[in-house]
Amino acid sequence: MSGQTSQIAAEGKAPEAEKGPARQSLLSRLAQNRLSLVGAFLVAVSIFMAISAPFLPLADPNAVNTSDRLADIGAPGHLLGADELGRDILSRLFWGARITLAVALAATAIAMTVGTIMGLVSGYFLGWADTVISRVVDVLMAFPYFLLALSVIAILGPGLLNGMLAVALVNVPFFARIVRGTTLSLRESDFVLAARGMGAGHTRILFRHILMNSVSTLIVATTLNIGWMITAAAALSFLGLGVQPPTSDWGTMLASGRQYLSAAPHTSLLPGLAIFFTVLGFNLLGDGLRDALDPRMREV
Amino acid sequence: MKLAEKEISGAALAPERKEVLSVQDLTVSVRSANGLTPLVSNLSFSISKGETLAIAGESGSGKSITSLAIMGLLPPPAVRVTGGKINLGEVELTKLPEAEMQRYRGDRIAMIFQEPMTSLNPIMTIGQQLTEALEAHEDLPRKEVQARVLEALRAVRISEPERRLRQYPHELSGGMRQRVMIAMAIALKPDVLIADEPTTALDVTVQREVLNLLRDLQAELGTAIILITHDMGVVAEMADRVIVMQSGRMVEEGSVDGIFRAPGRRYTQDLLAAVPRMGKGGHKRQSKPAEDFVACIDDLSVRFDIRSGLFGRVSHHVHAVHHVSFDIAAGETFAIVGESGCGKSTVAKTMVGLVPFQGDIDIAGCALGREGRDAPKSLRRDVQMIFQDPMASLDPRMKVGDLVAEPLVIHGIGSAQERAERVRYLFNRVGLSDDQIDRYPHEFSGGQRQRICIARSLALQPKLIIADESVSALDVTVQARVLDLLQALKEEFGIAFLFISHDMAVVENIADRVAVMYLGQIVETGSRAQVFGAPQHPYTRRLIEAVPVPDPSFKRPVEVRPSGEVPSPMRAVGDAPKAVKLREVSAGHLVAQ
Repeated sequence: MSGQTSQIAAEGKAPEAEKGPARQSLLSRLAQNRLSLVGAFLVAVSIFMAISAPFLPLADPNAVNTSDRLADIGAPGHLLGADELGRDILSRLFWGARITLAVALAATAIAMTVGTIMGLVSGYFLGWADTVISRVVDVLMAFPYFLLALSVIAILGPGLLNGMLAVALVNVPFFARIVRGTTLSLRESDFVLAARGMGAGHTRILFRHILMNSVSTLIVATTLNIGWMITAAAALSFLGLGVQPPTSDWGTMLASGRQYLSAAPHTSLLPGLAIFFTVLGFNLLGDGLRDALDPRMREV
Repeated sequence: MKLAEKEISGAALAPERKEVLSVQDLTVSVRSANGLTPLVSNLSFSISKGETLAIAGESGSGKSITSLAIMGLLPPPAVRVTGGKINLGEVELTKLPEAEMQRYRGDRIAMIFQEPMTSLNPIMTIGQQLTEALEAHEDLPRKEVQARVLEALRAVRISEPERRLRQYPHELSGGMRQRVMIAMAIALKPDVLIADEPTTALDVTVQREVLNLLRDLQAELGTAIILITHDMGVVAEMADRVIVMQSGRMVEEGSVDGIFRAPGRRYTQDLLAAVPRMGKGGHKRQSKPAEDFVACIDDLSVRFDIRSGLFGRVSHHVHAVHHVSFDIAAGETFAIVGESGCGKSTVAKTMVGLVPFQGDIDIAGCALGREGRDAPKSLRRDVQMIFQDPMASLDPRMKVGDLVAEPLVIHGIGSAQERAERVRYLFNRVGLSDDQIDRYPHEFSGGQRQRICIARSLALQPKLIIADESVSALDVTVQARVLDLLQALKEEFGIAFLFISHDMAVVENIADRVAVMYLGQIVETGSRAQVFGAPQHPYTRRLIEAVPVPDPSFKRPVEVRPSGEVPSPMRAVGDAPKAVKLREVSAGHLVAQ
């Protein structure tokens, strides 16, 4: 029913009309959605923090100064206060952004690439390839999410790189499942059949037609996933299994601040907010991008 | 039956006809970026008890929006009634709050939708769905509800109603499902029944049964029917009065005889002129003697396995195509007609190498490998296919210019420059302009999209184009133009067409030779004149007779209503259907014995 009505509504808009719709750039289309602008802004801020950290006149993020322990927000010399070792929180937030974003983006990229290829292959070729890949994915998904990451780290040993690989692996099934689903429905579509009828090879069909039509789903999945990755990486660091001291990301900052939650709430609140806004930013941006990238959504 | 007919004609003649629904100055608008855009403007009509009013028009004319507005089912918040009144008896419907409206919906106004497949909930039994519809409006004891449900199913002439109650929608055929929908709609004996393209998704013979059923029910219950359709044949057979709509406005209103005999407006005339008619297949046909064949199909069979049981053993075969042979000569249009599930589309897919098969397929002197699912590229150049739904067969993320150039890219023909040149030529040839090359498929209308598909199929200069229901999804006026284009292309390039359709009238207008398929086998084949002029096989006759005739004065001969279902092509392993033997009744005219 809802499908029918939306079709009718679309029909009503008279696609017959031959008015040349103003071709807009991706950015201006993105800008029409206010929420995605907010998302873009939040993401831009966190990326700016990550890039600019070495160039800004910030205090040394690892300089311990016991006399400034748990300094409050606005204390002289510490704009956002200091942590339990007297390290400047503002500076640590900037430097922490580098690690947090790098881990999240790299892990997402790995998970997306591996998962997408697995999903395309299993959904398109079916048969034994699908059986094998789907069962592997099932097994990975049956494991509790975090336990799996912990066991990977138990095997590889703690550390930044291993933590990244662990969260990436955990997220591969997520992408594989999503891409397999869209592939399954797209491979039956008339335009794929038409392409096969023209003599197109598997590679062309997979990457030119199926993958390109999965893009909107993938973008949403990816941005959503970056958010999860940030929290997952933070959680690993929180447990002391990700980044090793003295370098720290937002997760470790959150972890070390929690012992002083009542005495100095800002030590955990500030990194927590940083994580929150960054994750929110990616999610909002993802929704906006999905709409902006879809040629069908272009006319308003 | 006779008595009922008398009653209705009496009611129609009576001077004090009781008006049940009236619509005054109805305006429905959609909210868009630049304010309110009207979808339906200033529409007024009324309908009396026992009357059938047809709202005819092409897609986008606002006919479905009108029906949804009456039902109060417009998709909120974007689309809403922005002016006018809808009076059901003495109640004004547009101002009613949703809770009030629910009391009328289903009870006094009911609606039948186009797609019987999706209008029923797949996880509820037929009985549960009918019961639900009843219980929403009437507080009856269980026993009585059950009785009413059975009565409704009997009224729509469903075989074995008791058993149907426990069945799920997927166990019923399309025609049966549409009958269940009608049973749900009439169970509460509504004053007004809105039927939105009730037979468009059905086969002609099933359509015939559903139309007869609607007419009989109307005679029995005196329901006013608003019939929304694009099919002028259905209008002519069913309606008392007609409203013709175009882009949200009423173009013409009148009695069905008046509209068909003397259409007042240009649009109505064009609409009627574009309707393909049986018996007028009048294109000048140059019957070239067939020198060489572009396709020879010999003893083709396609079988799909059904696996069941714990170990997935093959328990049944679906005999989609069973020992079918035919040839297509260069430059001719060969049509395969038949109802859904008869295997005609499978033949098409097999010929482009998308389905494994048994038998021999020779295309342009090159045999198609049986097991190799993907045919050699050289063969792919000689056969191209145009699908039913132009929107679905165009990748929505590619520009149409790239889509038309894609076959050239795949086969590595020409430089980028030459390909662009060829795309421009093809665009102009199918009647599209250069500046449309950089657009996306969704920016075009249905007819334009089918032109793009045609341009794409021409890109490789094939010898044979397979058109699988290629005009079925188009409006009649667009359909007529696309058929003209195909005819012109055929003459210009000497391409042979394999035209697959369920629409007898279209086939009669375009084909040189025709094959009628039934349950995976060809039951009759011959030239157009032979098959349509002197149909021999009973199935062919039934198909031809079932086509609605766009002429209200046409008196349908009394027919024996065929009941029962089409037998299934699914059979147990080892129980293959018998291959029919074709007998030649005259030169080139073969009929199953």
